[in-house]
Amino acid sequence: MATKAWLTFRLQRRLNRSFTVSFLLFVILGFFGAFMVLPLVYTVNNAFKPLDELFIFPPRFFVINPTMDNFYDLIVLMGNSWVPFSRYISNTLLITIVGTVGHILFASAAAYPLAKYRFPGSRALFSIVVLSLMFSPHVTSVPNYMVMSWLGWIDTHASLIVPALAWSLGLFLMKQFMEQIPDALLEAAKIDGASEYRIFWSIVMPNVKPAWLTLMILQFPALWGSDGGRFIYSENLKTLNYALGQITQGGIARAGVAAAVALVIMIVPITLFVISQSSVIQTMATSGMKD
Amino acid sequence: MHTESVKQTASLKVPAKQPSRWTQLRRELYLNRHYYILMSPYMILFFLFTVIPVVLSFLLSFFYFNMLEFPRFIGWDNYARLFLNDDVFMIALKNTLLFAVITGPISYIACFLFAWIINELSPKIRAIMTLVFYAPSISGNVFFIWLIIFSGDSYGYLNGFLMRLGIILEPIQWLQNEQYVLTIVIIVQLWLSLGTSFLAFIAGLQNIDRTIVEAGAVDGIRNRWQELWYITLPSMKPQLMFGAVMQITASFAVAEISIALAGFPSVNYAAHTVVTHLMDFGTIRFEMGYASAIATVLFIIMVGTNKLTQNLLRKVGG
Repeated sequence: MATKAWLTFRLQRRLNRSFTVSFLLFVILGFFGAFMVLPLVYTVNNAFKPLDELFIFPPRFFVINPTMDNFYDLIVLMGNSWVPFSRYISNTLLITIVGTVGHILFASAAAYPLAKYRFPGSRALFSIVVLSLMFSPHVTSVPNYMVMSWLGWIDTHASLIVPALAWSLGLFLMKQFMEQIPDALLEAAKIDGASEYRIFWSIVMPNVKPAWLTLMILQFPALWGSDGGRFIYSENLKTLNYALGQITQGGIARAGVAAAVALVIMIVPITLFVISQSSVIQTMATSGMKD
Repeated sequence: MHTESVKQTASLKVPAKQPSRWTQLRRELYLNRHYYILMSPYMILFFLFTVIPVVLSFLLSFFYFNMLEFPRFIGWDNYARLFLNDDVFMIALKNTLLFAVITGPISYIACFLFAWIINELSPKIRAIMTLVFYAPSISGNVFFIWLIIFSGDSYGYLNGFLMRLGIILEPIQWLQNEQYVLTIVIIVQLWLSLGTSFLAFIAGLQNIDRTIVEAGAVDGIRNRWQELWYITLPSMKPQLMFGAVMQITASFAVAEISIALAGFPSVNYAAHTVVTHLMDFGTIRFEMGYASAIATVLFIIMVGTNKLTQNLLRKVGG
């Protein structure tokens, strides 16, 4: 009885809410929430399972005797493999960090004029960017390969990093967010004699920090999870996700290590999102399409 | 002689108007030069990797091109072959439309429904539930976990579970069976689909002006459904439009998950999509002209559906 009263208190603080419907909706939310989160919980559990538990029959969901063996094995494997495992990590970090930071800089620099000024071509350029949100990158995959080989970027990290810099969703969200900056602030800086570049760097950029984090959280997982695709052939240029694929194919002997790598790959973007969630929500509030 | 004089009169007429407009434009370009310089790094790359490829893809679709010989113009042949002689493309098109018709609307409604329920929670629980629903879409290639769940031997979770309950006696080859594979890809696709639009909806719901809701209650709104229809949805229209674009584009682009779960090519092309068909010709057979025709068809389907939906959504709520 007490719990029901407490729940009623928690749920009916808002206007026009019936307890029964709230309860039903939260049951639905809980059910689908479990569907969403169980595979992730399973990944975490797997990483700490000893080898015999990974292949127990009938299969078990939760770990019984948690162990760090898989991570030790991973470190041992790191030292023994043909291409040092640390190379996969450094490649992935390079691609992810340069790609994400570069994207934030490029997209912000392009978003500032589009958000705040009208000049010949500004509307047309922005509507092309919006149009490009309406098709997936697969559409351009054939000519992209030709452009890459023409630039001589096949089998270099540039083939993964450079296209990521000009990602259209980032520019769109940054532009929408920058429109909130009061014009008076920019006018004041102009009267004080600041150049456009100065205004961009010292006034606009510090004011859009939440949007930086949003672009990061949207761009980071794509690069972090990249397996090098069809552009990277050399073993010493490959990424962490590619290594995961290789280890997984190693079969039973490597199952524990694969579970450990899967956890590492999964946990980084999720941690970033936990840190940046409130900024991301703040930015996404301006994401709407008005036309 | 005659043409020359025509040219001369033309050139005589032109200077009266054109230079002023031209100098005006040049002046404007000069005045705004800083903006063009700021935009140039992004725009150069954007044109190089997005705009020019789309145009190039359209042009190439009228050529035979295998990356070795010089492209040969063949008119509409690629399209004729695609629609009249390529049975696999028809399967791919059918699967893609099926994926889109199911995952598009379901994921869009799911994004909104869950965001809407989550918005009723207290801020701390709201943050946790947002993470729970958003995490799958950013957790990299963890969807391979579903491979273990649907694994064809008795170590697969679903098989193990069903066998223990006695519903089935022998393990089912989920991913090698045409009957199940499409459904499984759809389930996993839905699991991954609460992404950017979900966040946009969460944000949109949090930013609805509370005073409007209170005013609505005074004006006779009795329950949450009326509030949803008369206040929440109209206030969120911009986010709803943005979310629609994100979900539609994603729902037509199913490929990586199909390849990871069902293999490439999948059994009897049961999970073959337009994008995997494009990959087949673009990266394996190197028939670039033909692949470009597939890409152009994909482009038209995606942009067409998006534009159509935008028009429909614009009408909702006036």
